[in-house]
Amino acid sequence: MTEDSLAKALGDHDFFRGLQAEQLDDLAAIATKVEMARGDLIFAEGGHADSAYAIVDGSVALELKVSHRGNHIMQTLHSGEMLGWGWLFPPHRWSFSALALDPTTLIRFDAEQLRLLQDEDCALGYVMMKRFAQVMTNRLAATRLQLVDFYGNTH
Amino acid sequence: METLTDPAVIDQMTPIPFRVRSVREELSHTFTLELEPPDGAFEFLPGQFTMVYAFGIGEVPISISSSASQTGTILQTIRRTGAVTHALGRLKSGDYVGIRGPYGTPWPMDDIEGRDLLIIGGGIGLAPLRPAVYHALENRDDYERVVILYGTRTPDDILFEKEQRSWGDRTDLSTLMTVDAADRGWNGAVGVVTRLIGRVGFDPANTTAMVCGPEIMMTVTAERLIEGHSMAPENIYVTMERNMKCAIGVCGHCQFGSKFICTDGAVFPFPEVAGLFDIKGV
Repeated sequence: MTEDSLAKALGDHDFFRGLQAEQLDDLAAIATKVEMARGDLIFAEGGHADSAYAIVDGSVALELKVSHRGNHIMQTLHSGEMLGWGWLFPPHRWSFSALALDPTTLIRFDAEQLRLLQDEDCALGYVMMKRFAQVMTNRLAATRLQLVDFYGNTH
Repeated sequence: METLTDPAVIDQMTPIPFRVRSVREELSHTFTLELEPPDGAFEFLPGQFTMVYAFGIGEVPISISSSASQTGTILQTIRRTGAVTHALGRLKSGDYVGIRGPYGTPWPMDDIEGRDLLIIGGGIGLAPLRPAVYHALENRDDYERVVILYGTRTPDDILFEKEQRSWGDRTDLSTLMTVDAADRGWNGAVGVVTRLIGRVGFDPANTTAMVCGPEIMMTVTAERLIEGHSMAPENIYVTMERNMKCAIGVCGHCQFGSKFICTDGAVFPFPEVAGLFDIKGV
């Protein structure tokens, strides 16, 4: 995929929608398109978070290893969502494993270059951080609901 | 004002014996009774409930989970939670239960013809929604897009799973299902049901949502539809459950603010009950 088509794919992605063309070009310059087959491991829990991912198409399971209980799927992510933020903050480790549930298309960013780009272009960095904060808030809210008896007694 | 001793009320309070044709175990604590009315037909509207009497034990309000066009028998899907529902769960084919009803307001199927339907169920809350699904499928041309979103705790807790999968195979219906927790054997979505809403495209101005599940699930879902997807609150319907006793608006047992769930509901436009959810003791 060329940088132009990557920039267009990013512009169509929910997370990046509305960014300036120049910012999309800068992001595309450090991005590659990645295709995953069903069952492929995208990254492993505890591993070095050296990439950021945007899901273009498909579904990804976030798994946590639980002693004596095996792999536990905590959440699934789908087209238009960002996958993981372990790359954003030290120590840059993944808290979960990510597994493709379907044939999945991702846009992968080199984490170090992305952090550098956000530092250099503070306006882009601010927008990205605000959007990640929204993603984190939404996921935290969803996790809280998973903790209560959301589907408890009724009817 | 009517009292429980008025002859008309006594007549409405008298259960009619229905024969149990079959008992089907749905989930570990949930079963469905197939009941035969004594006169061969039982008319009801999607979303209505009956009072089901386990003789000598007590009565419970249970939504009808079958198609309103199939009047020869009715299905009532019940979770074992107390003495009455456990007694009902011990019934066998050929036994009898007492039935009163049908009661309550229905889903607004006639009023929403020509619109998209967004049907959102949580856990056993799919049971009262199923007659609305059947109605939409039996009158498919009366509605535009029909979407069913369903969430439950684990893959072992999926109600009517085989039937939901068959709905998923249809081309005139969109379905998405999610669970709160799963292991690697599950290939579907994991997360609360509200996370599915963003995955289905719908026109909020031309969509009516029908939501059933625990109150927290219904309030969070309605808020998500209103705040996240710009749906008008009056286009969202929920169905409530309280301790219905008389089911005819006399005893006051199911009072919910200024409403009686049994006669003003159990299906309500969301704005009519939204303000009452957070009031302790209501």
